[in-house]
Amino acid sequence: MPNKIKVNLNSSHFQELDSFIDGLETTEGELISILHKAQSIFGYLPKEVQIHIAKRVNVPVSRVYGVVSFYSYFTMKPKGKYHISVCTGTACFVRGADAVLRDFEEELEIKSGETTKDGLFSLDSLRCVGACALAPVVLINEDVYGKEDAKKVKEIIQKYMKINSEG
Amino acid sequence: MVKLTINGRQIEAKEKTTVLEVTKELGINIPTLCHDDRLSKETSCRLCVVEVNGGEKLLTSCNLEVAEGMAIETHSDKVIEARKHNLSLLWGPHPNECVVCEKSGECKLEEYNYEYDIDVEPIFDAHKRNQPKNESNHFFEIDPRKCILCGKCIRMCDEQMQVGALGYVNRGNETFVTFANEDFDEANCVSCGNCVSVCPTGALMPKSKSKYRNWNTTRTKTTCPYCGVGCQMELVVTNGEVVRVEPVVDAVNNGLLCVKGKFAFNFINHPNRLKTPLIKRNGVFEEATWDEAYSLIKDKVDLIKKDYPNSFAGLSSARCTNEENYLFQKMMRAVFGTNNVDHCARLCHASTVAGLGSTLGSGAMTNSISEVLDHDVIFIAGSNTTSTHPVIGSFMKQAQARGAKVIVAEPREIELAENADVFIQIQPGSNVALFKGMMHYIYKNDLQDEEFIRLRTEGFEEFIKSIEDFTTEEAAQICGCKKEDIEKAAEIYAKGKRAGIYYSMGVTQHSQGTNGVKSVANLAMLCGHVGKESSGINPLRGQNNVQGACDLGALPNNFTGYQKVFDDLARAKFESAWGVKLDSQVGLTVPKIIDGMVNDEIKFLYIMGENPMISDPDINHVKHGLESVDFLVVQDIFLTETAEFADVVLPASSYAEKTGTFTNTERKIQLVNKVIEPTGNSKPDWIILKELMTELGYPQAYSSPSDIMDEIASLTPIYGGVNYDRVSKSGLQWPCFDESHPGTKYLHKDKFSRGKGLFTPVEYISPMEVADDEYPITLTTGRTLYHYHTATMTNKTEGINKIVPENFFEISKETAKKYNLINGAKTYVSSRRGTTIAVVKVVDTIKDDVIFMPFHFANGANVLTNTALDQFCDIPELKVCAVKFDDKL
Repeated sequence: MPNKIKVNLNSSHFQELDSFIDGLETTEGELISILHKAQSIFGYLPKEVQIHIAKRVNVPVSRVYGVVSFYSYFTMKPKGKYHISVCTGTACFVRGADAVLRDFEEELEIKSGETTKDGLFSLDSLRCVGACALAPVVLINEDVYGKEDAKKVKEIIQKYMKINSEG
Repeated sequence: MVKLTINGRQIEAKEKTTVLEVTKELGINIPTLCHDDRLSKETSCRLCVVEVNGGEKLLTSCNLEVAEGMAIETHSDKVIEARKHNLSLLWGPHPNECVVCEKSGECKLEEYNYEYDIDVEPIFDAHKRNQPKNESNHFFEIDPRKCILCGKCIRMCDEQMQVGALGYVNRGNETFVTFANEDFDEANCVSCGNCVSVCPTGALMPKSKSKYRNWNTTRTKTTCPYCGVGCQMELVVTNGEVVRVEPVVDAVNNGLLCVKGKFAFNFINHPNRLKTPLIKRNGVFEEATWDEAYSLIKDKVDLIKKDYPNSFAGLSSARCTNEENYLFQKMMRAVFGTNNVDHCARLCHASTVAGLGSTLGSGAMTNSISEVLDHDVIFIAGSNTTSTHPVIGSFMKQAQARGAKVIVAEPREIELAENADVFIQIQPGSNVALFKGMMHYIYKNDLQDEEFIRLRTEGFEEFIKSIEDFTTEEAAQICGCKKEDIEKAAEIYAKGKRAGIYYSMGVTQHSQGTNGVKSVANLAMLCGHVGKESSGINPLRGQNNVQGACDLGALPNNFTGYQKVFDDLARAKFESAWGVKLDSQVGLTVPKIIDGMVNDEIKFLYIMGENPMISDPDINHVKHGLESVDFLVVQDIFLTETAEFADVVLPASSYAEKTGTFTNTERKIQLVNKVIEPTGNSKPDWIILKELMTELGYPQAYSSPSDIMDEIASLTPIYGGVNYDRVSKSGLQWPCFDESHPGTKYLHKDKFSRGKGLFTPVEYISPMEVADDEYPITLTTGRTLYHYHTATMTNKTEGINKIVPENFFEISKETAKKYNLINGAKTYVSSRRGTTIAVVKVVDTIKDDVIFMPFHFANGANVLTNTALDQFCDIPELKVCAVKFDDKL
């Protein structure tokens, strides 16, 4: 059985974030880098973390929420162990990215922006990773799949399920 | 000045003004959706574009400054074409449902679409924002589909309110406006509704229970009936029902309102309003006619007067108009022959009237509300301003955003403390020690204003001896804070150029209240921070008209305008004007009147618009008094907890049903306009008083409140130049001695009202009841943002009751743990005087072993509070008493 992703909002994570913020010369203009750090610590940016950051940086929570929702990189939901990003930029779109995304949705039984119940996969789309020559492009964590490989949705999923079960 | 041409017309305009401002003055109507004079310029709607010097590119007039030789066309074909195009872009994503939209008739988008003949069928197949309504707020909702992303709501919330609850989320076509995490509470929204007031479309709308069309409504300007800020607003009325409140952009509130002013108007048309006089027979109220009620009162008065001529007393009302307060004290003095007339100012700023009266000569705010914005230092002591005077609280935050330093001294970490430069979390009742410690530091470090002290004050030598040895260590120990914080606060305050002190009940409601106020006066005079623009001493008055009720003589020692009843000249003037002999003895104060009822010395009490069964200390004592008194008349708009004890209840009309004036905390007399007809058989208080005085054999012939004001002006020097013609324009600040006097923006310029400012030595004395082994917890009381005082008016609004439904108290995590109290559970809280039940609310903003309980609820905080009095002015020590917890009785 795959391990369920645990929501890690323990105080040591907040301490780690705070020491990062304390180490900054100023918090002015540093909201995005703080959010980056926070997401790397917590895995995502739940509202508790946003409220904490807003207090530390002394901006309204609404501003933090605005920035988090603006950038597709930031997520307010915990991501899966394997995070699938389907590029839907212009080149990828022309080469059938929408069908690739749809296939992933059907195969995983989740919508873009969601995480599977077992916490193994999460899915979203992003706009242009700068590898248009490989279009359509799919990113899974650090792995890149392009052209015809990207369209083999079933195979890709099975590959990661196998990696996971082998530990 | 620069010369330019607008639509072919040569004009001159001031430098730095914008083309939009200039055209507005010329009466040229340029459409705008994202512009508001009070907000930063977003230039996003692009409807205000104009043609400049025939250039190719159209420029937005809202941020275009006038320049020499400029030639502007505001309505050329090219401009009109561009506006049409921009409107079409905004209309594209907007749902075509104006026929069922509540905003219709007042929607700016609808108006401009009509004016510019936009095709109803969108010319662009635009992306629609399909997010559902956000209904998390109890008073208003956000419909992203109708939003045009002008950002006015966000800028209002950020810049004017300094709250930042709203923001854009997502990007591109998906962008919409919402609260952080889609929830108003998490976004720290204060529900002021100012975002709703500036929304040009139907995107932000009040959750209205009434269905009405805007073209069937009328709007009437009036003054808010809640706190002492005196916000100007318009009541929107249809079919005799108040359906909405809109702010007025005025010098007082600059178009801002708080949740109470904007949304808590349901009480006006509430079914529980008193509609007919009631007479208690065999313990049960029965409906009666006005004649029956008046003649019963007359019979009782005659009967009691025969045997006990000195047993009458009356409580006037800080909720009623100036004219009504004047008539009430006139009735008490001229008809009942007594100076036993007082009102709830006794419970709030009696110490201010006494403390500032004796040191400066006038017990009122020295500055005006608009001066808040120009302070460079704001020192807030004993005032939770953002809750109790929300609009002034917003101005303080705006001043802070402009660079003003903020010092807060409070037992709780209030909203303004969060970003304060110095926050001193003082032990309740330690103000005098704090002020003395600050003055000691200022004097020892030579930060005082020598010239001001020499030229403007007296008593300095004697005073300085009282602080010379009072070190900051000693002060810090009493206040329970760090001495460095006291020193830092002293340093910042003394070095300010335009420093203002703002204080309220936290300073005044103590057995040492008058001394607290005198200390404030000492501190301000020591630094020369009074008698100047944006520099002064500012007691924030509580009710809408508590300033006016004091001004108009609803006090046992004063006629109108603080003329003393024991001053032979003043008394002679009133005797001659009123045609009766008047008593020269100072009358009884509120606490002494209640004692008098218990002791059977007071046999007849007349209460107009007060609710001592909730507002006064030691409710069991009040109850005993009301039960003991022979005859009780209560005149109110609802059957209050106090009215239940009455022998006769007289139904009064609300502020929306009568004309009059209120005097706000900055001494500004402002008009209250009749908006609807009186409910049922209720009558405006002034008419009831006039008729009753006539019934009692003292005929009064005023035809309108304006007549009463003319009489007030003739007898009251500080109101000498006040009349309805002048007040109706934009209010008038006293002192205003005659009809050519412009009124007074700030007090004590060049000279104090009493001549020289008087330094007064003050000793620190601890509160009368402090925590001990048996009652180990210190209770302090106050208000919340949502309810007003005894909640009679606010608890008629559903949203308010959802946010603050019942009695509660705030307690620290540690103290809750120590007494096994669970957040959200109920517990009994007892003092030596009684017991109440309240919900535990664990917070991280209060000291250990201190709790805060609001006094809004029946059988609540004031069951516990202490009746210990200030020796100078009889203000009870409502702010400090000792309590304990019990899990059962």
